[in-house]
Amino acid sequence: MARIELNEVVHSYLPKPKSESDYALKRIHNVWDDGGACALLGPSGCGKTTLLNIVSGLLTPSRGRVLYDGKDVTELPPEKRNIAQVFQFPVLYDTMSVFNNLAFPLRNRGLSEIKVKERVLEVAEILDLTPFLNKRAEGLAADAKQKISLGRGLVRSDVAAILFDEPLTVIDPQMKWYLRQKLKDIHEEFKLTFIYVTHDQVEALTFADQVAVMFEGEIVQIGSPQDLFENPEHRFVGYFIGSPGMNFLECTIEGNEARVDGAGIVLDEETAAKGRKASGKLELGIRPMYLEVHARSGDGMVKARVKGVEDLGSYRIVALMLEGQTLKARLPEDKPVPEGEVWLAFPPQWTKLFADGRLIS
Amino acid sequence: MEKWPNNKAWLLVLPVFVIVAFSAIIPLMTVINYSVQDIFGPGQSVFVGTEWFREMLADHRLHDALWRQFVFSGLVLLIEMPLGILIALAMPKKGWGVAVCLVTVALPLLIPWNTIGTIWMIFTRPDIGLFGAGMNNLMGIPFDHTDNWLDAWITVMLMEVWHWTPLVVLMAYAGLRAIPEVYYQAARIDGASAWSTFLYIQLPKMRGVLTIAFLLRFMDSFLIYAEPFVLTGGGPGNSTTFLSIYLVKIALLQFDLGPGGAFSLIYFVIVLLFCFIFYQALLRVGKGEKV
Repeated sequence: MARIELNEVVHSYLPKPKSESDYALKRIHNVWDDGGACALLGPSGCGKTTLLNIVSGLLTPSRGRVLYDGKDVTELPPEKRNIAQVFQFPVLYDTMSVFNNLAFPLRNRGLSEIKVKERVLEVAEILDLTPFLNKRAEGLAADAKQKISLGRGLVRSDVAAILFDEPLTVIDPQMKWYLRQKLKDIHEEFKLTFIYVTHDQVEALTFADQVAVMFEGEIVQIGSPQDLFENPEHRFVGYFIGSPGMNFLECTIEGNEARVDGAGIVLDEETAAKGRKASGKLELGIRPMYLEVHARSGDGMVKARVKGVEDLGSYRIVALMLEGQTLKARLPEDKPVPEGEVWLAFPPQWTKLFADGRLIS
Repeated sequence: MEKWPNNKAWLLVLPVFVIVAFSAIIPLMTVINYSVQDIFGPGQSVFVGTEWFREMLADHRLHDALWRQFVFSGLVLLIEMPLGILIALAMPKKGWGVAVCLVTVALPLLIPWNTIGTIWMIFTRPDIGLFGAGMNNLMGIPFDHTDNWLDAWITVMLMEVWHWTPLVVLMAYAGLRAIPEVYYQAARIDGASAWSTFLYIQLPKMRGVLTIAFLLRFMDSFLIYAEPFVLTGGGPGNSTTFLSIYLVKIALLQFDLGPGGAFSLIYFVIVLLFCFIFYQALLRVGKGEKV
């Protein structure tokens, strides 16, 4: 178990990177606390796996240091770091039995057979693998295989952290739920440091107590799932988290109002004051579930037109046109579906202002 | 079962049937026909039943050739399979070296078989060959593959290994390249040694291609003819007379078509039988359940 620290880590796969875009990781400076369940969330190609491989030691960063409990391990190979990694596709030693698969990391480290057996049986019990112990790993289902991969990490009782690289990609939906629960249970029981890479926000938000959102080689925000939802610090976080993502409207600031072409939306005074000073492209952001849709005009409301309604069972998504820009609102199913012209209210506490993609606060 | 009203589609199989007939069935039938007759000349033949088969099966020169053939094929597999895997493991994984290595390694496979025999015959000639003369004059080790049976065997084995190991190398290399990088990463994280990585990842993942390489090498080495024929002509004495060389002696040099036909069929059955046994055995390798 360890606290993992990344100190100004930069990585490029090219031997001589020239421009900013040659870097897979731009500048990562981050600490994962001992015993935390952390998720790394981001779209494909944003550098999540690169970052994970740097933590595990499969890659050495171009610059920067990796520290475990304050000890510099940047130059150490993975086998010396005492870390476990579960990959996207289950990696097994096909010709070995499940027992031998689980015992493999221990035997490689020279543990006595008695201790190996004790440990393997214990881990197999936790992962419900006991009935398969004598079976060959090759013929098992994907979820059992992935549990074996996980088990190979768990058997080492002194493991610094377990890294997961989109481990549930190949698992059936109903098994996904079960395995995610299993992971949470294991985390609670052993208090291991878990770092979980995924592009699935549901997975990240349900699994982790701390989520780092990555975008184009950078960590754009770290926070609790609630934080990320309510206070996105970056346009990308707003867009990527939530279904559908945050609405963004290009705007200008006049007084206490954000002007979207003809329409004026009232902001709270503090935000408006900062917005007046900010430079760059200004955008107003609001989550679809906080956007209020009214049939009648009221104080501070702006007029919009309903373009379409999508019924998703427990709620409806209403697509709206506001001064030539598209917005989405999320309505509970018991609310009447508006038609034609409607009036939108933007609650000031949920209306955020972004300059060049970053939150003004 | 319902019958199809129109069976003309079967006619589409005809071209293939004709080709197979000409390439395999008719020649095979001819051989079977020869094997049961004593042929004196055109139009003069007597049906003899299984006489030739009985004669050939009892022929001690055939036994010797068969025994020699097994030793030869066994040595070929014992040397070429591990050597091929070793070379494949040592080859570069990326960069310009890959193309250079692949082409260099594959070169012996591109040379006509007769030419290979000729190359090695000249190379190992005790008087003027680079290898032969070098052994005799520079190293002071007497070497003459035309006179000494062991030297003849060494020469034939060297030639065979030089000629055919590349095939094993190419197949093993293809098998190695097909292993996803993530297996090696997992092995590193599990702290596996290079030997464990080979034993538990590389070898099992190469099983498919190695099975095919094994079968191909067994078959080809069991049927070898042109190279030893050119190099040693089966000598000295009968020491390198393998099955096909002996067969050609009977069928074409002595023109004993009947015994030759019987021999061919026995030969054919042996090859089929061993390929079947090996294939079944290799399919089962490592499939049992154990603790």
